[in-house]
Amino acid sequence: MYRSHILICGGTGCTSSGSGAVIEALEAELKKNALEEEIKIIKTGCFGLCAIGPIMIVYPEGCFYSEVKPEDMEEIVNEHLIKGRPVKRLLYKETVEGDSIKSLNHTDFYRKQMRVALRNCGVINPESIDEYIAYDGYAALAKCLDEYTPQQVIDIVLDSGLRGRGGAGFPTGLKWKFAAANQADQKYVCCNADEGDPGAFMDRSILEGDPHAVLEAMAIAGYAIGANQGYIYIRAEYPIAVERLEIAIKQAREYGLLGKNIFGKGFDFDIGIRLGAGAFVCGEETALMTSIEGKRGEPRPRPPFPALKGLFQKPTILNNVETYANIAQIINNGAEWFKSIGNEGSHGTKVFALGGKINNTVLVEVPIGTPLRTVIEEIGGGIPNGKKFKAAQIGGPSGGCIPSEHLDVAIDYNTLIELGAMMGSGGLIVMDEDNCMVDIAKFFLEFTVDESCGKCTPCRIGTKRLYEMLEKITSGNGTLEDLDEMEKLCYYIKNNSLCGLGQTAPNPVLSTLRHFRDEYVAHVVDKKCPSGVCKDLLSYVIIADKCKGCTACARKCPVGAISGAVKQVHSIDTAKCIKCGACIETCKFGAIVKM
Amino acid sequence: MKNKLETLPFKGTPEQKEQLCAIIEEYKDVPGALVQVLKKAQEIYGYLPLEVQIDVAEGLNVPLEEVYGVVTFYSLFSINPKGDYRISVCLGTACYVKGAGDLYDSLQQKLGISGGGCTPDGKFSLEACRCVGACGLAPVITINEDVYGRLTVKDLDDILAKY
Ligand SMILES: Cc1cc2nc3c(=O)[nH]c(=O)nc-3n(C[C@H](O)[C@H](O)[C@H](O)COP(=O)(O)O)c2cc1C
Ligand code: FES
Repeated sequence: MYRSHILICGGTGCTSSGSGAVIEALEAELKKNALEEEIKIIKTGCFGLCAIGPIMIVYPEGCFYSEVKPEDMEEIVNEHLIKGRPVKRLLYKETVEGDSIKSLNHTDFYRKQMRVALRNCGVINPESIDEYIAYDGYAALAKCLDEYTPQQVIDIVLDSGLRGRGGAGFPTGLKWKFAAANQADQKYVCCNADEGDPGAFMDRSILEGDPHAVLEAMAIAGYAIGANQGYIYIRAEYPIAVERLEIAIKQAREYGLLGKNIFGKGFDFDIGIRLGAGAFVCGEETALMTSIEGKRGEPRPRPPFPALKGLFQKPTILNNVETYANIAQIINNGAEWFKSIGNEGSHGTKVFALGGKINNTVLVEVPIGTPLRTVIEEIGGGIPNGKKFKAAQIGGPSGGCIPSEHLDVAIDYNTLIELGAMMGSGGLIVMDEDNCMVDIAKFFLEFTVDESCGKCTPCRIGTKRLYEMLEKITSGNGTLEDLDEMEKLCYYIKNNSLCGLGQTAPNPVLSTLRHFRDEYVAHVVDKKCPSGVCKDLLSYVIIADKCKGCTACARKCPVGAISGAVKQVHSIDTAKCIKCGACIETCKFGAIVKM
Repeated sequence: MKNKLETLPFKGTPEQKEQLCAIIEEYKDVPGALVQVLKKAQEIYGYLPLEVQIDVAEGLNVPLEEVYGVVTFYSLFSINPKGDYRISVCLGTACYVKGAGDLYDSLQQKLGISGGGCTPDGKFSLEACRCVGACGLAPVITINEDVYGRLTVKDLDDILAKY
């Protein structure tokens, strides 16, 4: 028995901010004080509060420390663990109220959330199958094999109304039903852990924090459709998640929860990992399967759908990580329970990776139908530096922007589509008044041009042309007619591309054109970038009143565009200026501005 | 192309070749193993020059053009050598809205190379990547295994000076 447990996040976010060194320092301190037998350190997955990492929770008190450093460990061990006095200065400020300390569950951040897919993340040690089992792990698989026929499993999933969390929101039960109906000597269950949306990290966090939940669900899916082999397709850029999955698969095999004759019920199922090598299109289902086959990950025309001819031409289902993370809960608690969460038509919860210009860059899980405002203002803590909210980008390169007048929209598959965005996989990036919406559209188009696989012309050439038009606009050479041309091209690409990549690629342009047309107009008519982002439309100017003639800027300018004698007002030669911003940073008097 | 090969001759060692052969042997009969093998090959050599691609093609008995097609398709693979210090600027959305684009521009200027390139002394190479998964620290750059977050253009000189 340990008298105290210390949970430290070992997810990518906290590892990047140095949690490895903190763990080492803590281990050394415990050893120094001969406390190793009394206090146990548990390396968990993501808590969701990555921006204030590394994060550490001490139980039984539930004290939540944030931004801890290796140097702090001595104090925490001496004060808290030996003398029982929590170190207030290191506690997460939201949990301290006067003299009392709240548990994390009572902070604004957690109160508005509901954790279904993330229930074990940050709670259990993801490298221990025993801990997963202690939290009802593999009970759902046992229940399925014991009590339900494959058809009954499919019916429960259908009944629950669970929709795919990877983007399109296709009903999961229906997908399983189709694949189950197709007879074949071999079928496959695949998991999409490619997480191509740049700026989203929820699937990664689930795999890092609770890998067994995905394995268990894939086995259940295998039982339901009659498959005995699964593949997890995961980005090679996620080394921690890959390692945790490898450990989890090995443990599950040792416990007989993967492999031959699971639970003695004559059901065989095993899972392999396939590493994606960095191609956004490989998140698309047919491309993903071609990529698992070891080829260039190009999409194939559908039909035939994967439920009939998928991986290696065999019936296959593909679901997203988060979709799977809901399955065991649905089996354990029943379809009715799941249906009671969320909205009419879309049940359950959705995880979002909230980032960008927001106080709390966090992973949040909320019931579907929660207003966007709640997520951004209450959970995310609003916009930093007193800036004004401009838009939330949701759905990544396939999605769109939601402007402030729609901040009260209930987040749901259908409402987002109506606004020209989409649920996507769950990236939610907040932008403030300093972000230029034309520039953001260009950013996403640059991404799709880069990532278009080149197989079909509307996507390969269309996105390139679209990008060039945006470049023309941001460099001040656009016209009003270009805006109409651009809109036409968008619809052409959407309607004629082979796969979802091209069909959704114009969305960032269409949605910004719809909600922020005035910004486009400012670029083409006034030749101004209202947010001061597009370099070609700005010039750097020295304000004569503020300039002290200290020459710092002139010395810093890499192209010698600034001139002026000591103690005299300086000036910038706009013809030479490359708008790098070095002078603005250097000036101590705030005398240089972009206009 | 020819020029490039002359200035950067392939310097594979017999040990590396041995490792590669072992990997090819291990995966020879696994269907769809090409990407996995290439990934491991890149871990051995640091990049995938034509010489290595030929070895893989012959070893796995797939056409060279298929190997080349796969290598050039995935952003993980590089046919050019990398610097001793690989600088990677995250251009994921969360980082971009917080100014990662400026970091990228500034690094190109400071190092005098463009994205994807390598300094002539082979010390630094620069590339962009899409979300390293540490969005809480945005904007983020990584140099080999080190992660630097919450950066502004001002911080770059100090960071480069460490290497
Ligand atoms: C270009 C493109 C990229 C995609 N990327 C992903 C991804 O990274 N992760 C994901 O789960 N689904 C992605 N999808 C959606 C998948 O094609 C597929 O619909 C999904 O994985 C199915 O799982 P679900 O029904 O559980 O959502 C992408 C689709 C397209 C067209
Ligand atoms: S967008 Fe840069 S780390 Fe996620």
